[in-house]
Amino acid sequence: MLAFWMQYRVKLNQAIDDMAWALFQRIYQFFFDSGRSLIFFIESTKLIFTKPYRVEEIIKHMEFIGNKSILIISLTGAFTGMALSFQIYLGFNLVNATNLVGPTVALGISRELGPVLTGLIVAARAGGAMAARIGTMRVTEQIDALQVMGINAKQFLVSPRIVAAFITMPLLCGVFDFVAMLGAHVLGIYVLGLDEAIFWDKILLWIKPSDVFEGLIKAAVFGVTFATICTFKGYTTSGGAKGVGEATNQGVVHSMVMIIILNFFMTNFIRFYLAVING
Amino acid sequence: MGFKSAISMQQVTKSFDGGKEFVLNGIDLDIPKGQLTVIIGYSGTGKSVLLKHMLGLLQPTSGKVEVLGRDLASMSPDEMGRFRRRLGVLFQHAALFDDMTVLENVCFPLREHRRYWTAQQIVEVAETKLAASGLDPKHYGKLPGELSGGMRKRVGLARAIALDPEVILYDEPTTGLDPILSEMVDDLILETHQRVEGATSVVVSHDLFAAFRLADHMVMLDKGKVLLAGTQEDFHNSQVELIQRFLAKGFKK
Ligand SMILES: Nc1ncnc2c1ncn2[C@@H]1O[C@H](COP(=O)(O)OP(=O)(O)OP(=O)(O)O)[C@@H](O)[C@H]1O
Ligand SMILES: [Mg+2]
Repeated sequence: MLAFWMQYRVKLNQAIDDMAWALFQRIYQFFFDSGRSLIFFIESTKLIFTKPYRVEEIIKHMEFIGNKSILIISLTGAFTGMALSFQIYLGFNLVNATNLVGPTVALGISRELGPVLTGLIVAARAGGAMAARIGTMRVTEQIDALQVMGINAKQFLVSPRIVAAFITMPLLCGVFDFVAMLGAHVLGIYVLGLDEAIFWDKILLWIKPSDVFEGLIKAAVFGVTFATICTFKGYTTSGGAKGVGEATNQGVVHSMVMIIILNFFMTNFIRFYLAVING
Repeated sequence: MGFKSAISMQQVTKSFDGGKEFVLNGIDLDIPKGQLTVIIGYSGTGKSVLLKHMLGLLQPTSGKVEVLGRDLASMSPDEMGRFRRRLGVLFQHAALFDDMTVLENVCFPLREHRRYWTAQQIVEVAETKLAASGLDPKHYGKLPGELSGGMRKRVGLARAIALDPEVILYDEPTTGLDPILSEMVDDLILETHQRVEGATSVVVSHDLFAAFRLADHMVMLDKGKVLLAGTQEDFHNSQVELIQRFLAKGFKK
């Protein structure tokens, strides 16, 4: 019996060691990739400001990121707004503070949920497509072909996508905010029976333009984040069609994790910054 | 050596990701200017890797690569970009841009580098190049995904010669094509080579028939080294066992 246990323990230890090692490798790979994508990002950003300017490409990618995401963003926004206002109503009803449902929802949407959800959704949709497209071009030697023609492939493929994401994401986030508040309004007033005038009065009283602005800045940063990570994964793809699949998958997952981590730091950083400039 | 060289490599070695395994193992190579050179070797001996070194797509672990008298390692990315317009490449699988039509593919390098041309001029030149590579005009509006392998090679060739390059490189132009199509593509290479005065062509292949049909100059690679370089005569007269075996096999086909 004892011998069995000993044997079992050894195996268990081994399993734990293996798991820890795998986890360590994952984390190491994540940071290693993050460093390399940072360099990649700096190089691509420099190329935005060198000739030839790829305005046509930027517009094409803005259309791709924006136009094709707007429906799903609106849908998500409406339901998020409704769900949030319902939950907050339930809580605030207990302490007779239903007057504050409006501003609380508005704050949560504009500063946190708007940018984060927009970031996650667009990262999955447009970011995944970016990684897949560039990855395919890599493994089918289309990137080599570009370079051999004397075209800077990074400037042609990567920089316009980063710029497009940077411009488009705040717009999408604005749409999300708007539709989410519309959802909150509909549910709050027509279903929960809140007073319409109080709902909006309190919002106007408590929500500053800087709150909305903070969310839009976050959205822009998230756009740059997923565009960089996904184009990087695509650009460094190797190993045929299987490699493209892996690049797409990793691009989306890393983007999502990064957006959530960045969100936390940005929330704190922006608060701190505002506190400093306001004395 | 009794010729001016368009491409020369000195003691070029290459290992990937700092590994100990060398794909290129001390290559010394001169490709004569104005001639058609065929580089042959068994599959996996590093022919494509060698070609990518000539284009600056890969950097050697050690050694020097000179193309048209310029040391590739000494060029800034900008210079490299400008320099590469003097080279044309037909990739192994044509590497056409799959979101552009046939005509757009050929127009693309022209649009990028002939910015002072009108759209009309660009299309005209592109159509001339496509006609020269023998593609039926009814395919001009198609996407690469709708073409057969042979047609794709033709489009790739038209795109490669769009900027009137001084050096044209072909990576296995006939691999995967049927014998009749192979012969057609070989003829096309020869025609293209002869049409442009003073152009240098480099064909990478493991098709020995084609090599003897095309080559002014031949280079045989084995295990990342140059086994023999010279004229067709030199190859027929060679006493190197591997070459004799390669020749025997090639001609039995
Ligand atoms: N990017 C790379 N990373 C690691 N190894 C590589 C890379 N590219 C090529 N190799 C290795 O280099 C060797 C030579 O490859 P290469 O593609 O040059 O062969 P080849 O002579 O062109 O063969 P084929 O006739 O089949 O096209 C192969 O063993 C391959 O695994
Ligand atoms: Mg090859």
